[in-house]
Amino acid sequence: MSNVRSISSPTIHGDDRAHEADHPSSLVAKFGIDQPLRLDCGVDLAPFQIAYQTYGELNADRSNAILICHALTGDQHVNNVHPVTGKSGWWDTMVGAGKPLDPSRYFIICSNVIGGCMGSTGPACINPATGKVWGLDFPIITIPDMVRAQAMLIDRLGIETLFCVVGGSMGGMQVLQWTAAYPERVFSALPIACSTRHSAQNIAFHELGRQAVMADPDWRGGRYVNESTHPHRGLAVARMAAHITYLSDAALHRKFGRRMQDRELPTFSFDADFQVESYLRYQGSSFVERFDANSYLFLTRAMDYFDIAADHHGVLAKAFAGIKTRFCVVSFTSDWLFPTSESRALVHALNASSARVSFAEIETDRGHDAFLLDVPEFFDIARAFLQAAGKARGLGNNNDVQP
Amino acid sequence: MSIQQTLPLPGVAPERTGSYRADHLLVADMVQPGSRVLDVGCGEGDLLQLLESRGIDGRGIELSREGVNRCVAKGLAVVQGDADTDLVNYPDDAFDYVILSQTLQATRQPRAVLENLLRIGHRAIVSFPNFGFWKMRLQLLIGGHMPRTENLPATWYDTPNIHFCTIKDFVQLCDEINVRMERAVALDLYGRPVPLNLPWWVWNMFGEQGVFLLNRGGQGK
Repeated sequence: MSNVRSISSPTIHGDDRAHEADHPSSLVAKFGIDQPLRLDCGVDLAPFQIAYQTYGELNADRSNAILICHALTGDQHVNNVHPVTGKSGWWDTMVGAGKPLDPSRYFIICSNVIGGCMGSTGPACINPATGKVWGLDFPIITIPDMVRAQAMLIDRLGIETLFCVVGGSMGGMQVLQWTAAYPERVFSALPIACSTRHSAQNIAFHELGRQAVMADPDWRGGRYVNESTHPHRGLAVARMAAHITYLSDAALHRKFGRRMQDRELPTFSFDADFQVESYLRYQGSSFVERFDANSYLFLTRAMDYFDIAADHHGVLAKAFAGIKTRFCVVSFTSDWLFPTSESRALVHALNASSARVSFAEIETDRGHDAFLLDVPEFFDIARAFLQAAGKARGLGNNNDVQP
Repeated sequence: MSIQQTLPLPGVAPERTGSYRADHLLVADMVQPGSRVLDVGCGEGDLLQLLESRGIDGRGIELSREGVNRCVAKGLAVVQGDADTDLVNYPDDAFDYVILSQTLQATRQPRAVLENLLRIGHRAIVSFPNFGFWKMRLQLLIGGHMPRTENLPATWYDTPNIHFCTIKDFVQLCDEINVRMERAVALDLYGRPVPLNLPWWVWNMFGEQGVFLLNRGGQGK
């Protein structure tokens, strides 16, 4: 059909994206062959690098460092213009002057996860052993691997204890892994819209996305870079499907309803008649310009494998036994990807471990994505939690902003 | 002429000492310094703040989302939860004290809740409005309607308080489930303790609310 518009191919930023994978326009910590990253799959990854950004200053006591863990398709560019897309930082709502994570009070660190495609070692990077892009030869990584790499970065930065580790979704999983693996190094933890294990439904959605990527003939068994193609159609479909899971029925209805896109009447075709279709196609095509398809496979896999209780003889509370970390768990009412029941299970386990835990469920119709959006009630809670923790940590309260 | 005009709602808002409610001060005085405390039904966290100001390690459970979020915004460790269903998730002996302040009457299973309090905590502190209070009795006897007060202003058809009891009823329940009363205080209309040397029936008549410090009874009371 002549009037069917498919997802446009990435033309603008493709080279930038490939360049960022090995040569990030951010800080980089390089680890040589003498400092391998021990991966859960049994491989020692060396050499490797971690791309990261920092905001604010580390205080003399080295007690004000906050680590932000990014979500599946996030990166280290939390609060600065993105080098590939030119868009503003992905968590500008949360980080900045007068925001809950204020660089004038805290030393804020965010690193690209291992397996990512914005400068930390991942499948889009050149494999030093072959001189070619890793692709599917990259070892399978897990959430604990990501956190182990972050801990090596934090060591490199000379920080013993993080004042707070914060993150949503896959970032929240990393927060929980931090507290389970390095409880004495995490003074406070703010896991948002996440769970201690990936549910069957979420694994199913990820498998859908991966199959969409692999079904694209341009994927070429993962060797698309060497063969000068890119599975942008498959990756865009994966993103479109995933994006639906980040929203809610109510939010989609409020935003788009059944409204038409630039037309009054249906065209009786498969063109994007509806605004919601047009929006999803835009989400898909803008995503492929900044993200590597193989990286998407590896990172979704890492989330699928995540199950803290399984690493502690099936008893979640054992993961947090005797923990001194102060927790603030946050969920959103309309989040059906990581529903409140998941957070509640975490809270029960923390209670059973006698951890100091707060738990707030925020009322919003904006679905899983709410943690990235402007939700004042969430910010009030994050700010107050950090201020109370800061007081307990002995951080100066000169710049306190009352909620 | 309406009933309210002939019988105005009794004013029973507890007297405040400084910024704290009298009943909260009484409860806080029952808690030994350095203890770990769980406040079930902690509302907006006033009692928890008082306890924390005394160096007590306090946690809270609150049913209403707004209440929880206000507590967390105050820096308190409070989780959203239901006394009837969520106490079972707490391990035995997790706290030194579990407090149930003005909440017992709103639970569906007061007896099960009370048993859980003393499973989770070595001691429990329970306060509740006394339905044997003379003004309550008078409203029913003379007014012929379900009692309402400033503290309990809801009408019978929309009240969350579904299990009212008198001090006498509560004492009886404690006997039945082998709970020992370590301390019992009845507060009058003005938040003052009813003198100790008076018999139970006086407490039951003149106590606007009862505050009890309980522990696991073992053999008898």
